[in-house]
Amino acid sequence: MSLHVRSLTVGYGRSTVLSDFSLDVGPGEFVVVAGPSGCGKSTLLRAVAGLVPFAGSITVAGQAVRGPSRDRALVFQDDGLLPWRTAVRNVELPLALQGVPRTQRRARALEWLGRVGLTGFEDYLPRELSGGMRQRVQLARTLAQQPSVVLMDEPFGALDAQTRASMQDLVTEVLDGTTTLFVTHDVDEAVLLGDRVVVLGTGEVERRRDAILAAVKA
Amino acid sequence: MRWVLRIGSLAVVLVLWQLLTASDTRAWLRFDQLPTVVEVVERFAVQIGVAEFYHDLGASLGRIMAGFLLAAVLGVALGVVIARSRWLGDLLRPPLEVVRPIPAIALVPIAILLFPTDEQGIVFITFVAAFFPILVSTRHAVRALPTIWEDAVRTMGASTRQVLFRVVLPGTLPGVFGGLSVGMGVAWICVISAEMISGQFGVGYRTWQAYTVVDYPGVIVGMVTIGGLGYLTSAAVELLGRRVTRWLPREALR
Repeated sequence: MSLHVRSLTVGYGRSTVLSDFSLDVGPGEFVVVAGPSGCGKSTLLRAVAGLVPFAGSITVAGQAVRGPSRDRALVFQDDGLLPWRTAVRNVELPLALQGVPRTQRRARALEWLGRVGLTGFEDYLPRELSGGMRQRVQLARTLAQQPSVVLMDEPFGALDAQTRASMQDLVTEVLDGTTTLFVTHDVDEAVLLGDRVVVLGTGEVERRRDAILAAVKA
Repeated sequence: MRWVLRIGSLAVVLVLWQLLTASDTRAWLRFDQLPTVVEVVERFAVQIGVAEFYHDLGASLGRIMAGFLLAAVLGVALGVVIARSRWLGDLLRPPLEVVRPIPAIALVPIAILLFPTDEQGIVFITFVAAFFPILVSTRHAVRALPTIWEDAVRTMGASTRQVLFRVVLPGTLPGVFGGLSVGMGVAWICVISAEMISGQFGVGYRTWQAYTVVDYPGVIVGMVTIGGLGYLTSAAVELLGRRVTRWLPREALR
């Protein structure tokens, strides 16, 4: 599914976080939006997810975005799991919301947990898992949801370098062929993961844009 | 070793009580007026063989359960509604805020006038007492809920109803149980007071009745019974709370 963002403007109160931003993501493309903190990259994802009001237009597979939908899954940096649900029940959640019968959704959730390498950890609560494992659960949950577009908001920002590297490998593997918009402040990560890298910056940040672009090309 | 100290300190208190009352000590405090520990224990032994004792227990427990459950259901429901909906909050908060500072026990005359039977009046007082702590803690818990959980579930396509039942209610349980514990405590204070004022049976009524007929050991038996019931019901709430909030980090449980 393709994603088109046209003249997107988002503001909180008096300040404008994003203004007149446009972006196209082709079907199956993995696009990374890179930029420093405060440049509006998380806001871009929240707008595409339908969680914040915006001006301009966002369409996914030709459908205008008007609010949140299971078609656009959002992966958070941390704490995106419901802490009272075990790993497998977190993965089951999108299926439960869709009305998939209990036994069926349990089987599917276990399958996805296996896919992200968490077989044997299905009955652990999020607080009993490491940060990397929690992100694996989030990934499994996103896959179970089967969205048209996956939106990832600095999903590995809170992980140590080694864990991050293995998560990056995993993402490349399991999201292959899935339309993905991935946000990060880490230039290396952007270059490693993206079919294409978009640098986002406003104001003071824009002046550093060339420097960042040079780093990306190097 | 620590339990020796704990039991020892309790034993010292009981022995001191026995000595002061048995020797009819009068040192500003009039211990000669109070029954001895032995008299109380003897009285208790008699009471537990009498049907009336269990009838009173059942009556008080029934009133607590009715008032408390009503308060739990309405307190949680209204707490969520007030926290989640601006216009319903504006609509419901003013009358609630006007009634809230009034101690439930001050509503006894109103309850007597308003309800056809004393029984309903006592349940009403118990309900009011437990209702406000539950309402307020629920409202705070809903307000304090991290928005990320709701965002996560909404981007899975959850409806408003699903957000309520999958995120808001489970997420606020720790805060709600804080309110339920406080609510159970004040519910006992108020049910006993209301029984003393307007009841015809129940542990509170029986305790006051014993006082008026100069049955002082009976008064202490009533007090101990009330303490025991209060402890059991609070422990039940606490236990249930721990069971449903097992997902909390362990430090927070202490």
